Amino acid sequence: MHELSIAASIVEAVTESASAYPGARIKAVQLRVGALASVVEDSLQFCWELASEGSPLAGAKLVINMLPVIVHCDGCGADSEIEGVQSFRCPRCGELAADLRQGRELEIESIELEEPESGETQIGAPNSVEEHI
Amino acid sequence: MTTRIVELRRGILKKNDELAAVLRQRFTSAGVLVLNLVSSPGTGKTAFLELTLRALRARGAHAAALVGDLETDNDARRLAASGAPVRQINTHGICHLDAEMVTKHLEGWEEVSLAGLNYLFIENVGNLVCPSSYDLGERIRVALLSVTEGEDKPLKYPGLFNSSDAAVITKIDLAVPCGFDRELALKNINEIRPGIRIFETSAKTGAGMDEWLAYLLEQERPS
Repeated sequence: MHELSIAASIVEAVTESASAYPGARIKAVQLRVGALASVVEDSLQFCWELASEGSPLAGAKLVINMLPVIVHCDGCGADSEIEGVQSFRCPRCGELAADLRQGRELEIESIELEEPESGETQIGAPNSVEEHI
Repeated sequence: MTTRIVELRRGILKKNDELAAVLRQRFTSAGVLVLNLVSSPGTGKTAFLELTLRALRARGAHAAALVGDLETDNDARRLAASGAPVRQINTHGICHLDAEMVTKHLEGWEEVSLAGLNYLFIENVGNLVCPSSYDLGERIRVALLSVTEGEDKPLKYPGLFNSSDAAVITKIDLAVPCGFDRELALKNINEIRPGIRIFETSAKTGAGMDEWLAYLLEQERPS
């Protein structure tokens, strides 16, 4: 339900970060999303198209890397991945494990940019060929 | 053309998180305990909060509430009857409150100075999914569920229950007619958020309110 707000936040954040690379086209955005982040992958992909339309990110691919939950067990000291999000127990010793080490991430990991070679004319840049035609 | 990967490692909700951090700092320096109440629509957040506000006032504590709702101010009017200052936040269709809405609604709230409050309750929009992603600067996040909703609610909404600091079961006066399996509900909450404090309450009979108020008092003045 809030995937549209999340998609809009991604567009805003990436537009801001990518402004440091003028002339570059954003090809893809990689996300890290924890299993407990309450984000539905399909819904976010659907909202992505709506949110990115008309922005510098239009047409960019959204790559969502889902991360499983990792808990730390106070009993045996192990950090382990748990299956699903229905029971927060150490898979090694079966104890309840409240200490979450991974699973709530909602991050932009990286962006993939396509940039003109240095010396190559930048489309849309102030000195571009089109300007002189 | 060349392709370049730029690492950002940036939180998607960074703006909200930053605003929430500013709010948390303000709340801490004002010495006000802020609680974010989250549940499905119809769990009884408002009735529970109404009773809480009345009880706190009766004990001489200063409490206020910000109330999120999609469109109406019905809940704010109900809560205002407790005598506590209450301000409505209408989200106009947005399914959660965010730190910016809270910041805006604290501005120009003439009846309330944070430093004069012991407690500020933020009643979120009825929704168990989206509010879990948005930090409001609260110290305590409270997940509420009623006996009429089924014991497996925590399993269906682990994102919220796992990020909460306390759980409140409401409407326990209806537990028997609903065939509510108390042990199973407690077990499910504990599987999702091991060790969480759980309160079993009824706004109708007042059951469980003493324990809840004792918790509020203990949290406001951590020893």
